[in-house]
Amino acid sequence: MRGVWAVMILLATLLILALAALAGWLGWRRARRVELVSTGHHDRLHSRPVYHGLYVAIWTGVPALLLLLLWVAMQGTVLQALLLASLPPEVVEGLDEPARAVIVNEIITRAAGNALPGEPAPYIIEAVQRLQRWQAMAGMAALALGLAVALAGLAFAWKRLSPGFRARRAVERAFTWAMLVCASIAILTTVGIVLSLIFETLRFFSMVPLTEFLFGLRWEPQIAIRADQVASSGAFGMIPVFAGTLLISAVALLFAVPIGLLSAIYLVEYASSRFRAVAKPLLEFLAGIPTVVYGFFAILTVAPAVKQFGDAIGMPTAPNSALAAGLVMGIMLIPFISSLSDDALAAVPKAMREGSIGLGATRAETIRQVLLPAALPGIMAGVLLATSRAIGETMIVVMAAGIIATLTFNPFEAVTTVTVQIVTLLIGDTEFDNPKTLAAFALGMMLFIITLGLNMLSMYIVRKYREQYD
Amino acid sequence: MNNGEQTDMRTTDAAQARQEGGGACSETGGDCKFITRNVNVFYGEKQAIFDVSLDIPDRAVMALIGPSGCGKSTYLRCLNRMNDLIDICRVEGTFLLDGEDIYNGDIDPVLLRARVGMVFQKPNPFPKSIFENVAYGPRIHGLAKDRTELEEIVETSLRKAALWDEVKDRLHAPGTGLSGGQQQRLCIARAIATRPEVILMDEPASALDPIATARIEELIDELKENYCIVIVTHSMQQAARVSDRTAFFHLGKLIEEGPTEQIFTAPKEQQTQDYITGRYG
Repeated sequence: MRGVWAVMILLATLLILALAALAGWLGWRRARRVELVSTGHHDRLHSRPVYHGLYVAIWTGVPALLLLLLWVAMQGTVLQALLLASLPPEVVEGLDEPARAVIVNEIITRAAGNALPGEPAPYIIEAVQRLQRWQAMAGMAALALGLAVALAGLAFAWKRLSPGFRARRAVERAFTWAMLVCASIAILTTVGIVLSLIFETLRFFSMVPLTEFLFGLRWEPQIAIRADQVASSGAFGMIPVFAGTLLISAVALLFAVPIGLLSAIYLVEYASSRFRAVAKPLLEFLAGIPTVVYGFFAILTVAPAVKQFGDAIGMPTAPNSALAAGLVMGIMLIPFISSLSDDALAAVPKAMREGSIGLGATRAETIRQVLLPAALPGIMAGVLLATSRAIGETMIVVMAAGIIATLTFNPFEAVTTVTVQIVTLLIGDTEFDNPKTLAAFALGMMLFIITLGLNMLSMYIVRKYREQYD
Repeated sequence: MNNGEQTDMRTTDAAQARQEGGGACSETGGDCKFITRNVNVFYGEKQAIFDVSLDIPDRAVMALIGPSGCGKSTYLRCLNRMNDLIDICRVEGTFLLDGEDIYNGDIDPVLLRARVGMVFQKPNPFPKSIFENVAYGPRIHGLAKDRTELEEIVETSLRKAALWDEVKDRLHAPGTGLSGGQQQRLCIARAIATRPEVILMDEPASALDPIATARIEELIDELKENYCIVIVTHSMQQAARVSDRTAFFHLGKLIEEGPTEQIFTAPKEQQTQDYITGRYG
């Protein structure tokens, strides 16, 4: 039964861990005894007892646990293949791949003890029993094999222990490998995401020509689901969508860069330490507000205010204008720009400041002519990072920007953004084989390329133009 | 004590100090550039300088020596009010520059610093071109009417700082690309370019190698023809080589001041004797 199998695997894990702990203690004690009777350099241990213990524990635990992990990962596939092979030939004969999978799934579901409608065929009942037997056996086997490997590891490590054995080196190497594995997990995940993005994007471009996507001026991703529906054939030109993203980001940056930069200058150069102690955490608090809350703020406060203002000056204003979404996004970016500029300004050495003041420059002259040029690379990098955040920001625009892709540069009109379109395309019942859904991946790919480019550019600027003050 | 009273008191002190005049300066045959009386400096609660009175002659080099933490740099930085930049620093006493009280409010600290230039321990050229580094002060203070005049000022300053021949072909290269000694001479040229009357030097050669140090010392020797120079140094040999008068500070107090030769050959105080013979510090 499935329950037996799970208990066996859990038991094996616990036993191996316990064995490793015990082995570690034994290894430590053995080395400790030698250490206690040593009298000088000639008979000293190469490594402290703790490394002997760790060495034995690692050899006992790690290979056995890895084997167990591999077992759990492989077992399902192997058992399915065995199951399929054991079915009477007249049943599977002439069935295609999906149909076989249906049969195997039924057996697995019944074996797990879940009820299914209908009376099962005799060969199914037989197969269910067989699978349950196999699963129980697999659990026992895993337990036995795991313990055997653990003991073998213990024996191997135990034999190698001696006063001159370089246990410390081996243990340190093991930890280096462990860290490498952890680092690779992040990298491999990124690679996997990028690959799946590329794969889906290519599928999209097999349905919609690349030139239409890149240069098309219409974005109307509605496609008839049934043949008799009245709907346009769909248009996938990304220009209006990206124009919307750029418009909103531009509004956000025009608002956030001056305010963020000037507040950083004030905090670094003018504010008393008491004001700074209050203001800096408050700014950081602003950075901690969830973007969905900014979204409320945009809908409830800023958008009506912007509409009122637009109507007052005689501009026809949409209730979800690009200006409103951009302003709120700008507020979100202020702490970002201010804290990066703050770091860049604070990194300019005091000697630079004193040199300028000592020549009779005022504070303002010093900031304008010495500090800002010196901090400029850091500030530029901050602005670029903020730009890539603005382009990728989703929640605020989903709540506050429009859905219809309008090609305009008038901030009082409603526009849509790349992220809004991705969300809209993937919400609800979706099939992953029509261009409407796949378009989301193509948009995501473009977004990824742009933000990656901006981030790399900002890193390049920082590295290239940073003044090296030792 | 409110501000008005303080100003009044300062004015009275200043008048008194003016009357007394700088007795010490007449020994060197020159005029006094700075007359300072009863200087006390505090960093928060901690007092860094105790009742120092010192006269500084014009067109001569005054060396301030003493062990680390003795207050010589703090005293130096009072002379162009650089200590104003430190929030917790409080300066008391009278400082007369050519008879004018520099803490009185008559003089804007920004203008004071144009008259009393400063060269720092570590060369600190701005991340700009060599030309722009030197032109910085003249531009700020509007010393040049046009580009030609600015170029003249830059050239003269670089010549006075004995750097012209080394950099004349690359005036638009970044100042930070020069060697340490060249950077320090660039900083001296930068200070000279604002046409100061006094140049304060805070251990100007301590980050330099012996050859670069020798060039800076030569330069100081030439500059004293036209400027009043006050130099803080840890090297007693340097003080002996370049200065006309030497003041020895210890634990925030001025122990002894006199002609350099006398300080190094026949000090009046036991503490000075101990310091210059290397018994402590």
